Amino acid sequence: MEIPYTVKARPDTGLYNAKVGLWLFLASEVMLFGGLFSSYVLLRVGAPGGLWPRGWLNIPLGTLNTILLISSSITITFAWAALKSNQFGRFKVFLGTTLLLAITFLGIKSFEYRDKLSHYQVTLNSGQVVDGHLVERTADHLVLHGVEADSPKAFLDRRSREFRQLQHEEFKLATAEVKKVEAYKPRMNTYLALYWTMTGLHALHLVGGILVMGYFWGPGSRMWHTAPEHFTNRIEIAGLYWHFVDLVWVFLFPVLYLL
Amino acid sequence: MSLKAFHVLFITISSAMAFGCGVWGIRNHLSPVPGPFDLWLGVGGLLAGVGLIVYEIRFLKKTKGQSYL
Repeated sequence: MEIPYTVKARPDTGLYNAKVGLWLFLASEVMLFGGLFSSYVLLRVGAPGGLWPRGWLNIPLGTLNTILLISSSITITFAWAALKSNQFGRFKVFLGTTLLLAITFLGIKSFEYRDKLSHYQVTLNSGQVVDGHLVERTADHLVLHGVEADSPKAFLDRRSREFRQLQHEEFKLATAEVKKVEAYKPRMNTYLALYWTMTGLHALHLVGGILVMGYFWGPGSRMWHTAPEHFTNRIEIAGLYWHFVDLVWVFLFPVLYLL
Repeated sequence: MSLKAFHVLFITISSAMAFGCGVWGIRNHLSPVPGPFDLWLGVGGLLAGVGLIVYEIRFLKKTKGQSYL
């Protein structure tokens, strides 16, 4: 059985079927990410003044990742344009570049995640709080490289003069004097819960895109020799999805990293 | 909406975001507590915004025959 309208446009919609399906899917995705962005805005606006974290993420790495994703949108468009002008070799180069850019993005993101997972805030029995990266942890002591303050509030705004004046050093803390140990995981606070949920969901979308593009770059590209127009449409669909995923990041970056 | 149309929209939004980041960076650089990367982000953001607009114009010229649907 042949699936209709994979190449030619349906008379009633004016589009081939996969494009209609993809836009319906993207509409549901807009609602999914729209809900998360709305949650972010409401929770941030509702947070008491001065209690929303600032400067907790690595801006140079976030900027680099933004450049990578914008570049990948350009290369996937070039890959589609190459097929439109019957240049299969160029298509392979551009889609391969898109894949490399996407994998590099995920590599940098996983580095950022690893950094957050090794970042701890330790409250001592004395009331002092130590915030930093875990160097060593044994049954009787904990070594952190970071800063110390009287209250966890001192660590909220990391762009403030007060935070920048804190001395970075290594702290060896006896387990007996430790009251609470918290990693920079989603349960730590609302900001981190939103950060992990939104970037994690975005990363999952990237993984999905990489799998599909990897298939079209590898075994799936054989279709070009039997049904070139159908294959070109498939790449257009993959490109539309990829642009959506990149667009989500273009909004995530300023919201989570800068504001 | 075709990939061409979505790409144009995407580049327009990215360019606006780049200008926004540029202004954010410059403003922070001029604040009493500038961050170490604020100036780089400010200048880089503004340059990237201009670069994306130039790219968009060239892209539109090259794909004149392609449909927006």
